[in-house]
Amino acid sequence: MTNTTSVPELLSYTLNVNGRDHQVSDAELGENLLFVLRERLGLRGSKNACEQGECGSCSVLVDGRLECSCTMLAAAATGRQIVTVEGLTPSGDGLSEVQEAFVAEGAVQCGFCTPGLIVSVSDLLDRLPLATELEIREAISGNLCRCTGYGRIIAAVQAAQHARSAREALR
Amino acid sequence: MTTVLTTGPGLRGGLGESVRRPDGGPKARGEFAFSSDLEAEDMLWAHLLRSPHPSAAISSLDLSPAFAVPGVAAVLAAGDVPGRQSFGLDYPDQPVFAGKVVRHVGEPIAAVAADHPITARRAAEAIAVTYEVTEPLTDPEAAMEAPPIHERGNVLFHQDIVHGDPGATGEVSVEGSYATAMQDQAFLGPESALAVPAGDGGVDLYLATQWLHVDRDQIAACLGLPLDLVRLHLSGVGGAFGAREDMSMQVQLCLLAMRTGRPVKIVFSREESFLGHVHRHPARMWYRHSADADGNLVKVEAKLILDGGAYLSSSPAVLQNAACFAAGPYRVPNAVVDATAVRTNNPPCGAMRGFGAVQVCFAYETQMDKLAAALRMDPVELRLRNALRTGDTMITGQVLSGAAPVAEVIRAVAAAPLPAEPGPSDAPEIALPGGAGRTAERDRVRRGIGFAVGFKNLMYSAGFDDFTTARCRLEEGRVTITSAAVEVGQGLVTLMQQIARHIFGVADVSLGEATTAGIGSAGSTSASRQTWMTGGAVEAACRAVAERLVSSVAQRLERPLASLRLDGGRVCSDDGAVDLSLVGAASGQVFEETAVYRHPPTEELDEKGQGNAHVSFAFGAHRAVVDVDLDLGLVRVVDVTTAQDVGRALNPLQLIGQIEGGTAQGVGLAVMEEIVLDRGTVRNPSFTDYIIPTALDSPPVTIAGLIEEPEPGAPHGAKGAGEPPAISSTAAVAAAIRDATGLELARVPIRPQDIALALAAFEEDRQ
Repeated sequence: MTNTTSVPELLSYTLNVNGRDHQVSDAELGENLLFVLRERLGLRGSKNACEQGECGSCSVLVDGRLECSCTMLAAAATGRQIVTVEGLTPSGDGLSEVQEAFVAEGAVQCGFCTPGLIVSVSDLLDRLPLATELEIREAISGNLCRCTGYGRIIAAVQAAQHARSAREALR
Repeated sequence: MTTVLTTGPGLRGGLGESVRRPDGGPKARGEFAFSSDLEAEDMLWAHLLRSPHPSAAISSLDLSPAFAVPGVAAVLAAGDVPGRQSFGLDYPDQPVFAGKVVRHVGEPIAAVAADHPITARRAAEAIAVTYEVTEPLTDPEAAMEAPPIHERGNVLFHQDIVHGDPGATGEVSVEGSYATAMQDQAFLGPESALAVPAGDGGVDLYLATQWLHVDRDQIAACLGLPLDLVRLHLSGVGGAFGAREDMSMQVQLCLLAMRTGRPVKIVFSREESFLGHVHRHPARMWYRHSADADGNLVKVEAKLILDGGAYLSSSPAVLQNAACFAAGPYRVPNAVVDATAVRTNNPPCGAMRGFGAVQVCFAYETQMDKLAAALRMDPVELRLRNALRTGDTMITGQVLSGAAPVAEVIRAVAAAPLPAEPGPSDAPEIALPGGAGRTAERDRVRRGIGFAVGFKNLMYSAGFDDFTTARCRLEEGRVTITSAAVEVGQGLVTLMQQIARHIFGVADVSLGEATTAGIGSAGSTSASRQTWMTGGAVEAACRAVAERLVSSVAQRLERPLASLRLDGGRVCSDDGAVDLSLVGAASGQVFEETAVYRHPPTEELDEKGQGNAHVSFAFGAHRAVVDVDLDLGLVRVVDVTTAQDVGRALNPLQLIGQIEGGTAQGVGLAVMEEIVLDRGTVRNPSFTDYIIPTALDSPPVTIAGLIEEPEPGAPHGAKGAGEPPAISSTAAVAAAIRDATGLELARVPIRPQDIALALAAFEEDRQ
């Protein structure tokens, strides 16, 4: 029997994730960043929900820019600074301001969209700390949530804004 | 039962509080393990080969090209199923693998396990299938008379309701034909699971589902294994909304694991998810309402056709619901309903939030608006005049014995202030219909207001033996609650802890693993039933442990049982001589009790659709405000205000989450969500093409009333709250668009062309 399926070339490369270099060995060229983060580096906080950059569940920061890791080839992300939800999460079992607001305000239901939203909202509040409700809605409109209808998510973002400005006032 | 009092003062986290969910932190940190996050050593990846055709005979199937792909460990197809060849919630009419024929696009034909997901997919694609494509049966009305496409025929279920005098007539009558499209549950977490072969010849399956035990029963039958060798363990569930009631790949995955002797994981792509689970039934509905001159309903007639797609799934129960609730939450003395669910070569349909009540609500509420117009009556007044009350008889002959605050939800919504009028000149562009990039002409935007009321049964109906099991263990002052009930995001895990805290007065309540190994069924997380059912079982198990604890103290201290009580986390005596902590009271003993909770029995409907088929009902109302761009047909839902009959709010924050989330799904069906079918083929199986509301599309939801009229017989008086928000929201948005446009709009979703082309044609006629 002849094998008609061509075996793709296997690649090895380095990815910088959350400030640390990770060696990726013998990966298929077709593996996207999301797959490599999840399956090769064990960083499963980024979620797989649409595989075409529509839902934002796999949101990461690449060189400070919000990206869907499912639409980026992992091998093309070498030499770039990648930050995942794990990189925005305090060690131990604490929560960041944004994470705390999500839990306290009821923005977490099934939670599948939550890590992507944490990345997206953290990015928003860094860029635009005083975002209005409409700006918040626009900023997170690339993150689909099917459970909440977004009401508690908006409330959580606003609570995080308040927490942040209270913290900064104390400085 | 008198010896158990409740949470003491000062303890936080009991019933009625907006307690934080215990899985919230791990979920926000990205550490919570969903079923797609599982891994095991030496794990393989599975992929299913699916039919690209809605109707075809398979004349040959050659698996050998898949076996030849390096890295492939197993390839299975029809003939490799050792036990029952088919499965199904109501009747097993759905093959594990299609054999001689395929009946819908996406039907599994073969399964591959390989060392890499890309390898598994390539190998599946290499399988050679010869199809003799046949004409698909896709018109549900034609299906009834068409040659059967399955040995069990094309009529999946029929239900008549004949109530009162079918010949009764009113002075005013209105008539209409309505349709609702196929909606997808579109949960975010794709179907996924990990099957691990066990040394005893059985299999352990870690998965996301809505009902572990019913999956277990079906899998065991198909594998030809005794129940105890098939153990299901709940993994993190990324939303459900009905789509995880039916099995999607459970049997195939277990077969691959058992064949290879290795753990096998599967994760559906979004396209596979669209093709691999059941959807909300599309409905075609004809209605005639008759009323007297004062607006009292005299008769409702309806003919309902639900497209069940290729297999039975839960079509009978969905159809019975559609029939039972066909007249809405109104006093209707005479009714004739003719309801049929049919089989077609469209994708299979089954459970989705609202379960048959959504489709008819769109139709009957449109009819109520038409009737109000014909009577020159205020639509809210017409609804109030006919609103069901406790003691009324429904069209099934069942007397409504529980709480029925229908008028209250209507009044709460009607009395709520309206959002500010649009200031078209100062509204930001992104707040106009169409949002960024497709902004409407400001002076061509019209505002509309619509109103709708809906209702639905809670829990399983029509004679089903609906029960749930829960266990309470008290050890060293710590309480552990174990149940196989599925947390899908709604917050049952929080509620179980709240109930236990309420009884024991301790903060420390742990939750055991949800699994079929070691505890009985908790029933399905569907039909808005777990707060009542698992809530009832947890309460009963906790009370049983508390009773035993107090008895043991009475025995040990030789005091009369009646003089002791558990109050605020302490066992105390009336005279103050006994005051023990839980640890002290237990004195080293461990107490464990398992309780089974059943709701009162229900009856099947008779041939005229009469009978006490349901236990309880929940009611809700929505008012929608929309802005419509008359030229482009774009709609912005500006605000939705709602009131809901909840019995009692056990966790207000979680309750709000259910109401907002369910409302958004109803808004989606009203204006954007539709599985587009082209002769049986799904044209939009992706989140690029199947649009669900984003944060910009979803309106703010104002809750004008949580009507807390405790439901007699319900644990803590609480009604399930998951489904009512998804019922009348669609109808209210549609009514608002009608109000803005003056168009009839008898089908949802209302697409831009339904508005823009109709208005353009109307303009043309006028000129």
